[in-house]
Amino acid sequence: MDVQLKRGLLDVCVLAAIKTGDSYGYKIIKDLKPYVELSESTLYTILKRLEAAKMLTVRTAEHEGRLRKYYRITPAGLGRIEDFKNEWKEVVSIWQFVAKEDE
Amino acid sequence: MNKEEFLSELRSGLSGLPSDEIDGRVSFYGEMIDDRIEEGAGEEAAVAGIGTVDQVVSQILSEIPLTKIVKEKIRPKEGKRSGWRTVLIILGFPLWFPLLVAAAAVLLSLYIAVWAVIISLWAVEAAFIISALAGFAAFGAYMILGDRMLALAFLGAGLFLAGLSILFFFACAAASRGMILLTKKMAIGVKRLFIRKEGKQEK
Repeated sequence: MDVQLKRGLLDVCVLAAIKTGDSYGYKIIKDLKPYVELSESTLYTILKRLEAAKMLTVRTAEHEGRLRKYYRITPAGLGRIEDFKNEWKEVVSIWQFVAKEDE
Repeated sequence: MNKEEFLSELRSGLSGLPSDEIDGRVSFYGEMIDDRIEEGAGEEAAVAGIGTVDQVVSQILSEIPLTKIVKEKIRPKEGKRSGWRTVLIILGFPLWFPLLVAAAAVLLSLYIAVWAVIISLWAVEAAFIISALAGFAAFGAYMILGDRMLALAFLGAGLFLAGLSILFFFACAAASRGMILLTKKMAIGVKRLFIRKEGKQEK
């Protein structure tokens, strides 16, 4: 898949994984596994990028006697998901146009 | 390999990157291993699930832009650089600057040369397709003109070239894929050059 396209998709995937509640790195990877294979290093890069874009916030909390980082989506992050859904309608209509050319 | 070994090897593998980048990445992998252990995996299995240190370093390097690595290299380190070193760097400018430019130029020309091969392969493929089409067109034209022998010859040539173009297409596609992989590896190799030097100095 095109690198730029995939990058944008993965950002939205990660946002969607924390949409319904705070989550942490390993859980995000597991939750996304049925849909997309995400390596730890890719996830780290995405989380940093989303944090810098203020689409999520990070907090460190104690869990079983060790520290774990939890990620929470911000209104900007929720807005990104909505934008994506709307953009995707355009992509689908473009796809329909492209696929029609094949007939 | 246990968690501590993995993380310390990862840390030395990444030396040369900005320190906040190293700390962030190492603690992220630490958390990942802990979560796997908590889920029921043994420590060794949890570490193995992440991959080898070398794989992880390659993955990380492929995601960090080269500019960030170079910026870290040329950033002055507090207390490390004496006044004399600064003077030397300034006086040595006529020497190291052209060398740096030359090294960049060599890398760029290698890159261009490699892609020129791919472009010429595709040009040959295009030539095959066009000549095949021309062969078929000539077949049609000579059929209309009535010269059956010549028409047959062109049909044969057209079919032959069409066959060649199909075979050659797969060769071109394979070469392009290989080249994309190779250029990715080259980029990681260049980044490794930058961080490996620093790692050795520290050992």
